[in-house]
Amino acid sequence: MPKRENTSKDSGARSHPGTDLVRSEAPSELLRELVAHLRQNRTQLREEWVVRITETRLLTAMTKDEIFAEATSVYDSYVEALETEAFEALQAYARNLSERIIPRGVETHEVVGIVLLLRDVLARSLFAKYQTDFKKLNRILDAYEPAANRIANTVAVGFVQERERVIRQQQEAIRELSTPVLQVRERLLILPIIGVIDPQRARQLTEQLLRGIRTNRAKVVVIDITGVAAMDVTVANHLVQTVEASRLLGATVIVTGLSPEIAQTLVTIGVDLGKMNTVGDLQGGIEQAERLLGYKVVTLAESR
Amino acid sequence: MEVPILKQGAVLIATFQAALSDADLNHLRMGLVQQVVKFRSRAVIVDVTAMDVMDSFASRTLREIAHMIRLRGAETVIVGIQPEVAFAMVQLGLTLEGVATALDLEEGLAYLTQKFKNTD
Repeated sequence: MPKRENTSKDSGARSHPGTDLVRSEAPSELLRELVAHLRQNRTQLREEWVVRITETRLLTAMTKDEIFAEATSVYDSYVEALETEAFEALQAYARNLSERIIPRGVETHEVVGIVLLLRDVLARSLFAKYQTDFKKLNRILDAYEPAANRIANTVAVGFVQERERVIRQQQEAIRELSTPVLQVRERLLILPIIGVIDPQRARQLTEQLLRGIRTNRAKVVVIDITGVAAMDVTVANHLVQTVEASRLLGATVIVTGLSPEIAQTLVTIGVDLGKMNTVGDLQGGIEQAERLLGYKVVTLAESR
Repeated sequence: MEVPILKQGAVLIATFQAALSDADLNHLRMGLVQQVVKFRSRAVIVDVTAMDVMDSFASRTLREIAHMIRLRGAETVIVGIQPEVAFAMVQLGLTLEGVATALDLEEGLAYLTQKFKNTD
């Protein structure tokens, strides 16, 4: 028996009884149409967006001119990201923008807020344009929404990454500032340690001290730990290692200001006190250091 | 690899290169002591500035060299240990105990001059 074959050859076009013939465009074509619309109405949509930003009281740390300037570049980058789908470039732009505005005191919620506002403003304009063709509006939104969401995500992540980078940088600076290696005489360094020493800070201390010994050609180092309340066994070992490493660079270390608790810890871990030169307080330590270096301090009256 | 040994009066100066093999170190141990005998040196300065790593074998060899040289009545000073190397060494427990150390050649010579002045 001869078969009845369906010979419709139209790709993408289907004819169902009772419905209109629907032309379905490729997603990229829809995106192009969308981007063209956003570019054509750039001035108006950008203005609308800035109004919304001000209404919602975002970016209060910036002046109106600054907001307008940034809004322009954000708008253009947004539309370009929609068009090219180059999200790496957008993330780099977001980090760059964050680097500029974080010192101004702009918060994460503000950045996420304005990006979402832009998304809303653009979406509304799409509703307005395609209000007579609901099916087309749906297809346009199918193309727009994932891209817009990805943009919001990318910008937020870029902003947060930049903040984290700044925080790390500041932490590093604080760590360095809090362990100064000071030269008080020729060949004599003082390292006053204050606060809590964790293994990471102890390691950083040692590295800074060894570099300082080499740079300043120090022969004696006084490490003062008056300002250190407690030290666990790990850190106490670090201190002993610091003394030993300094000796390998030809420098003698005098440790001063040991509290009774720390003295106890050192005895408990069995530190060979023959290896560790200790003096009660900083003054005593400096005086001993001066003796070791061949200095003698006399009052002007005595020296006459 | 030949390690250059220079004579500066009563002091021998041996400059270690980077990456000395175990065989080089063994050869050096004998060689240095022989030189001390030959020149009746009072001290040896071993300059390790060029060494960017110091393993336990190298560290032990340096100590042995110092002990052997002391048996000949001479002093050994190790100079030029880099900060990073010093840090790594103490973490491994290689402290070169009993061996004199100084920052560099200049400091090493100053230390020896002082020492000779005191003992003469």
